[in-house]
Amino acid sequence: MTQELSRRALMGATAGSLLLAGGNAGAQQKPSELRVGITTFLSGPASVFGVPSKQMAELLFEQVNAQGGIGGIPVKPYFVDEAPGTEHLVGEYRRLVQNEGVHVMFASISSGSCLACTPLSDEMRKTTLLWDCGTQRIFEEGKHPFAFRTQGFGTPEVLAPLLYLLKHKPDFKSIAVINQDYAWGRDSWELWKTAMDVLKPGVRVVAEMFPRLGATDYSTEVTRLLASRPEVILTTSWGGDLVTLVRQAAERRLFERSTFVMPVAEASLQLLGKTVPAGHVIGARGDHWNNHPKPKDPAKLAKFVDGYRARYNEYPIYPCHHMAQAISALQAGYAKAIAAKGGGWPNDQELANAFRGLTFDTPTSTITLREDGQGLEDQIVGLSSFNDKFPFAVPKDMIMFPAAMVSTPVGMKSVDWLKTLTPAILAQTPAPI
Amino acid sequence: MIAEGLIALVGAGVLLAVAIAVPWLKFVLTIALAKGIAVLGILLLLRAGQVSFGHAMFLATGAYTVAFLAPAMPEALLLIPLGGLFAGLLGLLVGLFVVRYRDIFFGMLNLAISMVLYSLLEKLYHLTKGTDGIRVARATYAGFDLPRETQEWLMFAIALGLAALFGTLVAAYLRSPMGRALAGIKTRETRLEFLGVSARRVLLFAYVASAVMGGIAGTLVALTTRHVTPLLGYWTSSGELVFIAILGGAGSAVGAFLGAVAFELVRVYAAASVADAWQMILGGVLLLVILFAPGGLWGILAGRLKVRA
Repeated sequence: MTQELSRRALMGATAGSLLLAGGNAGAQQKPSELRVGITTFLSGPASVFGVPSKQMAELLFEQVNAQGGIGGIPVKPYFVDEAPGTEHLVGEYRRLVQNEGVHVMFASISSGSCLACTPLSDEMRKTTLLWDCGTQRIFEEGKHPFAFRTQGFGTPEVLAPLLYLLKHKPDFKSIAVINQDYAWGRDSWELWKTAMDVLKPGVRVVAEMFPRLGATDYSTEVTRLLASRPEVILTTSWGGDLVTLVRQAAERRLFERSTFVMPVAEASLQLLGKTVPAGHVIGARGDHWNNHPKPKDPAKLAKFVDGYRARYNEYPIYPCHHMAQAISALQAGYAKAIAAKGGGWPNDQELANAFRGLTFDTPTSTITLREDGQGLEDQIVGLSSFNDKFPFAVPKDMIMFPAAMVSTPVGMKSVDWLKTLTPAILAQTPAPI
Repeated sequence: MIAEGLIALVGAGVLLAVAIAVPWLKFVLTIALAKGIAVLGILLLLRAGQVSFGHAMFLATGAYTVAFLAPAMPEALLLIPLGGLFAGLLGLLVGLFVVRYRDIFFGMLNLAISMVLYSLLEKLYHLTKGTDGIRVARATYAGFDLPRETQEWLMFAIALGLAALFGTLVAAYLRSPMGRALAGIKTRETRLEFLGVSARRVLLFAYVASAVMGGIAGTLVALTTRHVTPLLGYWTSSGELVFIAILGGAGSAVGAFLGAVAFELVRVYAAASVADAWQMILGGVLLLVILFAPGGLWGILAGRLKVRA
């Protein structure tokens, strides 16, 4: 019914049919379908993350619906493109909540989008799962009672590769950084530098380079890196930028001189094939490697990976895992809320209450949401290597960093917390698995 | 003039009715009205035959004025004129330079300068928080801290009021000798100089006026979306404003708002119906307008109603 009305409004876009489209929000009794609004990149450079995650969402919702949906009703996703920018996105958020009457929002790949959407979740009292964005600012700059992040965030995703590097190559003396020139590129370097300065003071930074987002030529940067001979090169770049950088660096044999640390490499490895040489530090923004050495349920992970491969003919990348985590959290959250209400359908507040402290399964392990809404996701970092099973680089000698060890505690700012670290944290680092 | 005013009045009535009937569209319409105000500025320059491909810099100036000042001084009724003031000052500075150029050079210089501002917003990371942008603190209105619903209505009303104000001012300006001189720049500038009118001064006045309107539009966008990012000043945003001017039709002040509302609605509905190909629909609409209605939406409407623009 709702569907039909909004479709008619779409077709007509006249004042008359718009009138009909209003006012189906806020239903208290059990609705006929569970509507989920999902913001993701469907165009632009970040669609390398957005499109696979959308595919994963469609696949998983199909499976969920085939098994009877959530709380006995089918799930219907509404996808929204993040690419047009904040002012369009916050308008779309309102449209989804007020017009389509979505019950839950999944917000954003881009950190800027998440920062714009979380205040809306407070004001509209709509449970919002931050399904992929990484900025540490979200829960450190304010309380958001209706927002929950179902994966890790920037600080552990940078600290874990640093700790790995300190274990793997403890006596490096020089480093260079080449990050994309935007918030994540700057933020991640600040986090890394802060932690490195307390854990291993005296490392010389020979170059700090921030080529523009979407750059297609890194010859100047590569030349400088070849000339300055850093022992370690950090890059938190992603997507097409990372692919281009790695190809141009490999061409000129930069990988033979320096050890690369690439915390966001996982999503680009398939595309790069054998271009990434063995022996460099790679991360996945979490523990979700398709070759996870000790998944909680190996059969489940295999089914997850093979299901996606069968449909789309490629391996799921980390945003697919993040999407799966959010969907799993959605199922667990509703189950908990419905149980708490003795089988009744939860309202917005009751739903949000269920998410606080929730533990849910992921394809590889489990994640618990802290009291501030932040998810505790373990981080696995390893060295790039090749085996017969995968036609691209996968990690070996993996170390799994427990989330609690590498995450900023509740109520602290990441940079302040990183300054309190001592080399003792290295002793806590678990053995490779 | 009277017919134009009547159409504007009817238009305002329709917007109000839609905003009451469909709550979520109130937000979209507020943004549309704000952009319409910025497009009025583009319209002034178009009258002189000049296209600015960098006008979003004034929008961004207004928006960042709000973002920076709101924590210290959260009074919206002061922030809005201040945003206009700062944008006007920037407009004066940039204008002194760019009004010496015409046509493609004018357009490209504007583009270049706007991209300088964009890069600054992005690179002065510790001040502007880069691409992630700044969250705009909650604003007060004449000292009152209002709940969200009232605040949204008030922003809509302010945008509507300012749209009417600037629409009237622009319509009057275009009929004044200064406004006529703008058209003179387009047809033959030398004649203007022979009449003893300085073309540069005429264009500079229009440029600063358009910058002020851009700034005001920016403050409205910032106060409505409550989050500003450098993307507001990117060249695609400037292109969007020119797109809206063409869509609406350069003939009348009403055209700017017609274009802006149509643009936002097409984008919202295109995004809602085909999330992964909305750009194609938007582009298709523009092509259709260029091919079949060169006078824009206002041209269609005026033709139907036999209004002389």
